Amino acid sequence: MTVTRAPLLKLADVALAAAGRTLVEHLDLEIRPGERWAVLGPNGAGKSTLLRVMSGARSPDAGAVLIDNLPIDRYGEIDLARVRALVTDRWIDPFASSVLDTVLTARYVFGDEDGAGEQVARRLLTALDCAHLMQRDVRRLSRGERQRVAIATALAQATPTVLLDEPTAHQDPRHQAWVIEHLLTLDDRALVATLHDINAAARFATHVLLISGRGVYLAGPADDVLQDDALSDLFQTRIGAVIADGERFFRVRSPARSA
Amino acid sequence: MKPTARAWPLLAVAGAASLLLALAVGSVPVSPSQLLATLAGQGDSAARDVIWQLRAPRAVAGFAVGAGLALAGALLQGLLRNPLADPYVLGISGGAAVAAIGAIALGLSSGLIQLAAALGAMATLGLLFILARRALFTRDALESEQGTTAVLLTGVMIASFAAALLSLVLSLAPDARLRTMVFWLLGDLAGATDLRAALTALVAIGVAFAIALRHAAALNLLVRGDLQAYTQGVRVAHTRRTLVLVAALATGAAVTLAGAVGFVGFVAPHLMRLVFGNDQRVLLPASGLAGGTLVVLADTVARSAFAPLQLPVGVLTALIGVPVFLWLLARR
Repeated sequence: MTVTRAPLLKLADVALAAAGRTLVEHLDLEIRPGERWAVLGPNGAGKSTLLRVMSGARSPDAGAVLIDNLPIDRYGEIDLARVRALVTDRWIDPFASSVLDTVLTARYVFGDEDGAGEQVARRLLTALDCAHLMQRDVRRLSRGERQRVAIATALAQATPTVLLDEPTAHQDPRHQAWVIEHLLTLDDRALVATLHDINAAARFATHVLLISGRGVYLAGPADDVLQDDALSDLFQTRIGAVIADGERFFRVRSPARSA
Repeated sequence: MKPTARAWPLLAVAGAASLLLALAVGSVPVSPSQLLATLAGQGDSAARDVIWQLRAPRAVAGFAVGAGLALAGALLQGLLRNPLADPYVLGISGGAAVAAIGAIALGLSSGLIQLAAALGAMATLGLLFILARRALFTRDALESEQGTTAVLLTGVMIASFAAALLSLVLSLAPDARLRTMVFWLLGDLAGATDLRAALTALVAIGVAFAIALRHAAALNLLVRGDLQAYTQGVRVAHTRRTLVLVAALATGAAVTLAGAVGFVGFVAPHLMRLVFGNDQRVLLPASGLAGGTLVVLADTVARSAFAPLQLPVGVLTALIGVPVFLWLLARR
């Protein structure tokens, strides 16, 4: 049993709304170093919105976000960039740029793009199976490759907290496992990832947050939260676990079009 | 992110050579030895007058105009994440044109025409900042990535409205003044006769470059999206506001000096992208050198090719710029 560490990121009575609809309310959450949180929920439940709120890019509709017990809106951009990074699910590449230069943008706060930052970038690209892409134009990558470059970019910011919006959405099975394995090696950081694949979440997460988009949520240790009833209720479809080789796998049991 | 080291001396030499050429070429030929003697403070008085009174103000003004427009073009292409942007998309030059053409229609002196152009540019800039204030002064834009679109749409609308006003003035203007108006609209350096004014403009453009370069590293990130740049530590609204202001002031200064010289602000940054890549820390100064060189060369041809007839420089920037650009694009 390890000593409980102070939370890096804290949500206090947070509410999110979109288009006049309350997505979640009274959300209290403490995310500590070493914890890996998976956020699950149906389309439009507010998973990406929640990550933006955690990143400071959007203000919550009620409640507070705290980083190291200080409200997030008290941080300047540079200070925030030293404590949290975000992998978005949309990449904007209007002009040619090498993969290496793209990852090096993360070193802006360190100002070492031409020095030590390059070693960091090369190491991360190699760790995410992008070593062969380093000099490639970022606009010529497949979506899966571009996504791994985006993950490397966020990790190159070397922040204690990393927020990832569907980091495995475009990965083939081998690279989905690859990305998750790499994230598992980052023990002393706090990770929050939105995911659609329940099995990926089960492998990745120490903790799970379910948000329904209808105001309610469920949060806790992964084994407690990832239960048939809770998941079936969340996605409004019957989901059940089966055990194979001593591991739990989740599968959808009924057709998606149910009441 | 390493600049192509060889290209720097080449650009500097080309810039200096274009300026020397502009001083030597013209209806009164000046030999290289006369030119050197005059630059050293000697030489005969005829050569001195031609060089210092006529050609130097025009060459310096041309360089400032080209550098300013190229800087504005490079900044706006980056800020708007659109390779088709040029200094005129924000409508600053449109506002300047309405005021300048109005002044010409009223028969005002060339000094007052320049003043009108400067005031028109400033007024339009103020209008842009008021209309696009959400994108320029708040964090709202982060949420939807709409900030750049808002600035672009506002600028395009201002430019369209200015074009309509301009058509109105042109329709009502007396025929005798139409030629002056057309020259202004095409971009013409004939009005640059004051060396001190030209040097002042050059210094002002230099200051614009200094400010832009301080934000070049942030612009490298901002090009890749507001949200991405924000999470990486860029003050998004502040950076966009500053650089839009710099681009607008550089455009306003250039248009005040020479009217709406076309194409250089679009093509010079693209030429430099092909040579140096897209690191803004390199692209911005390289674009400035290339733009200045291009306008000085174009103006030298414009005033000597059909002498004693003088063409507006704006005709030549496109005539030279387009083939060079296409050649580089095809070679890639």
